[in-house]
Amino acid sequence: MTTRTDSLVQAGLASRAVQITFAGLLGLFIIVGTGFTSLPALHNAAHDYRHSTGFPCH
Amino acid sequence: MAIFRALVFAAAISGLLAGLLLAVMQQTATVPLILKAETYEEAAPPAVHDHASHDHAAQDHSDPGPAGAGQVAAGHDHADEWTPAEGMERLLYTALANVVGAAGFALLLLAVSEAAGGLSGWRDGLAWGLAAFAAVALAPSISLPPELPAMPAADLLARQAWWVGTVVATGAGIALLVYGRSLPLAALAVGLIVLPHLVGAPQPASHDSPVPHALAQSFAVTVVVTSFVFWAVLGALAGFLRQHFTRRAA
Repeated sequence: MTTRTDSLVQAGLASRAVQITFAGLLGLFIIVGTGFTSLPALHNAAHDYRHSTGFPCH
Repeated sequence: MAIFRALVFAAAISGLLAGLLLAVMQQTATVPLILKAETYEEAAPPAVHDHASHDHAAQDHSDPGPAGAGQVAAGHDHADEWTPAEGMERLLYTALANVVGAAGFALLLLAVSEAAGGLSGWRDGLAWGLAAFAAVALAPSISLPPELPAMPAADLLARQAWWVGTVVATGAGIALLVYGRSLPLAALAVGLIVLPHLVGAPQPASHDSPVPHALAQSFAVTVVVTSFVFWAVLGALAGFLRQHFTRRAA
């Protein structure tokens, strides 16, 4: 019984860690897309945002 | 998936609200300075401005074929690429970039704080938001002041790498200051925060700029002040909404 509870707790912790990691990676992906990508269309669309938030722009 | 969903919802709403607030602050405070700097950019000789200014598409490129991609990488000469039209379209894309970028920063802030136990409300969120302001906006601005178009600058990749390194080192330093419980860790934290400025930001070969110094300075100050308000609001909203959504999920 104890081992079963322990494994349930461990599964919960692992799931929590995975969810937090995915949320963080999604956040990073969005930040890179808006602030760093040098694709011309993305750069031009986000130009004033990048300058106004202190990102190195061009 | 309850935690992931709660973090994404909290980030989306706080990003939308804080991003719109930042967009409004920019339209009144920073964008007028950018537009003013672009008048110097257009007046400057071509060698000075590596940015695609918006109305000399025809003179700069003769080969719009596959070579166009190489030109972009080499000299940022992408005048023939899509650019939002002046006026309302440019404003809307700036607002969209603000909202999406703010949601990204909110999601990263929520994920990192969740790993440390989670934001317990708006006051907790405010404290995290101010720490994020120090790491993401204030620290890079000290050695690499926010740039206006037409200002001379070092290689883009080198500046981006320095910017990321500074944000990570400052963030790690602040976390060590808050969570480290010993003098050596506090000393290490101070060292981490100072290190990027000892290394120094990549500098251009020459600081000769067509943009007046006073304009560049008031732009840098305005960016830091608007970022401060933005991060305070984003953090407080993220903390409040994270508590709201995790309570509902429980």
